[in-house]
Amino acid sequence: MSTSPNKKININKRYSLIFVVIAVLVFSFLYAAGLFGNKDVTAQDFVNLQQSAKPYFGFRRAHAKGVCLQGEFIANGALAPFSQSSLFQAGSNTFTGRFSIAGNNPLAPDLAAPVRSFALSFTTTDGEHWRTGMNTPPVVAVRTPEAFFEQLTALSPDPATGKPDPSKIKAFFQAHPESATFNHWKQQYQATSSFATEQYHSINAFYLIDAKGQRRAARWAAVPQATDKQPENAIANAGPDALQLELAARLAQQPVKFDLMFTLANQTDDETDPTVLWPDDREQVNAGTLVITQWQAQQDGTCNGITFDPLVLPKGIEATKDPILNARGAAYAESYRRRAKETLLQQTNQPQQGAH
Amino acid sequence: MAKITEFPASAKFMHWLSALLIISMLFLGVSMIQSLATWQHTALQLHKSIGALVLVLVLIRLINRLFMQIPALPADLSAMQRFAAKASHIVLYALMLVIPLSGWLMQNAAGLTVSPFGILNLPSLIPANIKAYAVFRELHGLLTWSLFAVIVLHISAALHHGLIRQDSVLQSMLFRFKNK
Repeated sequence: MSTSPNKKININKRYSLIFVVIAVLVFSFLYAAGLFGNKDVTAQDFVNLQQSAKPYFGFRRAHAKGVCLQGEFIANGALAPFSQSSLFQAGSNTFTGRFSIAGNNPLAPDLAAPVRSFALSFTTTDGEHWRTGMNTPPVVAVRTPEAFFEQLTALSPDPATGKPDPSKIKAFFQAHPESATFNHWKQQYQATSSFATEQYHSINAFYLIDAKGQRRAARWAAVPQATDKQPENAIANAGPDALQLELAARLAQQPVKFDLMFTLANQTDDETDPTVLWPDDREQVNAGTLVITQWQAQQDGTCNGITFDPLVLPKGIEATKDPILNARGAAYAESYRRRAKETLLQQTNQPQQGAH
Repeated sequence: MAKITEFPASAKFMHWLSALLIISMLFLGVSMIQSLATWQHTALQLHKSIGALVLVLVLIRLINRLFMQIPALPADLSAMQRFAAKASHIVLYALMLVIPLSGWLMQNAAGLTVSPFGILNLPSLIPANIKAYAVFRELHGLLTWSLFAVIVLHISAALHHGLIRQDSVLQSMLFRFKNK
């Protein structure tokens, strides 16, 4: 082989070509992985904001305080014509559940939280999974994850005062008129003295898929059967774990029951908008009874390893294109990844007493 | 025995199919773990399904490899280059096996079943356990970055053979459309 000047130039061009190919590949991968930043709000941004500067290691980044539940869902078969899931055929399936309060602090006083939650996880004998996290408000304030991020930012404590800035909160809600239904709920909502006497809502709508594959949008709610509803000041002196103590005392007497009520949408209802309530005259189907029989402390409890990602759905329920619903998957996964790693490494970050 | 200069068509086909699927999966994987967009849920389902497909594909390729004659490396390659070629291929195969498997295990550790394309439920290999989830989730990520690094090496080497050395190595994996 001779090495004429032409040949040398040719080889240099070839090296350059290889360099460009590899550089483009590496650069685009790093870009996709977010190493040069991301113009959109990411799951990591959300979890960073939710956990605040001092995360509680090993705990969920949202709804950090709660208790594990065991129970069963006794389906009456009334929803079976609308959903092919075996869960809704007449019969029973056990579940692992969780009652929790909103916030990132696993030691927060129960009665201080503005929102309470009831989450369920089912695994059927045919290997299907259903997870749902239901909250006391029936709607959320905004329609998109970007707006939800703004809302959380506005509600976050100001670093200077340690308290949320009322002017920022006001500005946020003024800029988001779609929050009217949420704010109306908030004004009329009266917290009760028990997890067992609250009503919990799926918030987002989902599609029920029947045996023929036809779909119908629906929301669901856990409606309490307990009739001893009292305002929360009945347990105001019971300490920071007032709701957990009340639940333990109640379960020692009898199971806690809820009806699992489905509301079916009409053609005119927008199933992708979690800020609006559907009219009261929509068809309601009582799918059966949720019967809670036992509770456990969460850290070693059966619910600790479960992330109640509402996008984990069985055949017979499908996600809609609701942007808030679809944003939950990646955010729940990021929170789960962080606390799983901390649990594995046995990292602790003992909160300072009195800091919250 | 006739000297083999290229890979059999079956091996070429599976190689390029794997390349397409794996590189798509790498980009999809690192994007979807950040994304709050409405495509994220669908992407996640697709990621799990294609992961299962890649696992099946790599098993078939390994079996295929045991029974096929493969072209020899050029005689003028240094011992170092021969070693690098062999080692990088072993690492590629190992990662193509272990990454989908770690994905499957992390789903099981989270208490979930993998259902490729909704056709069947893969068996759960381990019970739900948050510490096991941490192990397999972190492995899935670390091994993915390792795979990307080895793929970059693999492509660089292939282009070096094809464009600089201009030997038979890259040619042996390309489809030729001869009109004779």
